[in-house]
Amino acid sequence: MGHSLHLTVDGQEHTLVVDSRTTLLDALRDRLGVMSAKKGCDHGQCGACTVLVDGRRLNSCLALALTHDGAEVTTAGGLAPEGELSTLHRAFLAHDAFQCGYCTPGQVCSAAGMLAEAADNAPSVVTEDLEGPVELSEEEIRERMSGNLCRCGAYVNIVAAVGRAAEESR
Amino acid sequence: MNPFDYERAADAAGAVTTVTDRPDAVFLAGGTNLVDHLKLGVAEPDLVVDINRLELTEVEALDDGGLRIGAMVRNSDAAADPRIRRDYLMLSRALLSGASGQLRNAATMGGNLLQRTRCVYFQDTTTPCNKREPGSGCSAIGGYTRYHAILGASADCVATHPSDMAVALAALDATVVVLGATGERRTPVTELHRLPGDRPEQDTVLEHGELITALESLPRGPAPRRTGRSATAPPTPSLSSPSRPESTSTPQGERRSSVKPRSPSAESHTNPGVHAPPRRCCVARNRPPRRSWQQPTPSSRPPNPSRATASRSR
Repeated sequence: MGHSLHLTVDGQEHTLVVDSRTTLLDALRDRLGVMSAKKGCDHGQCGACTVLVDGRRLNSCLALALTHDGAEVTTAGGLAPEGELSTLHRAFLAHDAFQCGYCTPGQVCSAAGMLAEAADNAPSVVTEDLEGPVELSEEEIRERMSGNLCRCGAYVNIVAAVGRAAEESR
Repeated sequence: MNPFDYERAADAAGAVTTVTDRPDAVFLAGGTNLVDHLKLGVAEPDLVVDINRLELTEVEALDDGGLRIGAMVRNSDAAADPRIRRDYLMLSRALLSGASGQLRNAATMGGNLLQRTRCVYFQDTTTPCNKREPGSGCSAIGGYTRYHAILGASADCVATHPSDMAVALAALDATVVVLGATGERRTPVTELHRLPGDRPEQDTVLEHGELITALESLPRGPAPRRTGRSATAPPTPSLSSPSRPESTSTPQGERRSSVKPRSPSAESHTNPGVHAPPRRCCVARNRPPRRSWQQPTPSSRPPNPSRATASRSR
């Protein structure tokens, strides 16, 4: 059965009719042609589908599109409006933080969401003092980015890129 | 995925009535477990009632000094809440030890309690499973049981509940507030989940259509505020292993071990993994923070063996 869905994706508004089973990821890719979000495992384990929904990072493969009716969705493409690369994109390039690149849009969105969480002083499980300020050490970045897999194994450079972006955006 | 009707609930009572009236209806909260089960064919509802717009998102102080946490508070928001970080350290740590940042942003407090087992046979519809299909048999008995029960199992099911948060809430004597067709009731967290017995398909004592609306915690004294960590390493998909006291945080913020000093001889007879300092914290304490982006020397460190494997529990 069709349901009306309104989404703002990377600044562009869309109204469409979707089946109740449509995930946010499938709505983006198959209905709206937004290919920045990638389908990896489709079970919330790899993080390739990570997008920002109203500013928070989510696995779009595990969200029904209808749950997010009216939401503002930002993909890695939307973080580089009109091709203008963000600090994060530039850091990924500078540190060679990918090989095949399939996981990269998810990594970039996850990093953007993670940096915002850290700026809000949200703790992680490796944060020593839960009441103290959050300092993004390498250990912290590894933990906070652990929801994004890279099968090329570019982790060392991804951590370096995210660390650089964190310092530059401070 | 089988077709299903979809409704967006406007209020909790309405959601309860809708689900109560349809035997195959389910509530949808964060969806991190249910949407996966819809894809796998583990769950086949004919109606999904989306409760994501319900106003159950507050963390508020109770008159007795305790805390009430709305069922739709996201796991990440609860873990970061200043009062929970200060007074219920263990709850914050337990939440942060499960899943990933993305999943915790979606997963809710009520949904965390109601997530289902990560038994591989439960999630594989090609194998018999009494919890998924009553009477079909248990594939785990005599099969792969790395994450399964030692205590409390039955001849019909050896599955465990995957929630780290539930363990912390049990230790904190928390209460679950439940709304049903006949009104509101409260049950201790420790009485929410059932042992499998001969009805493993029934995870909890909740009736069909009953909705968890909040968690309530007893007032906390100044100390001790214990944190817990799973005793097994490395982290695994099923984090339902026993937790242990790790450290005690005093009101002044000092840290000391809550594990009493043990003689070397006593220590040598125990599993070193149980009494060793927590793996990751130990590493963090013993060396200065690494910042590879400042010193771009080739790292000898192997790629991060990812912590994410099949269906992370929360």
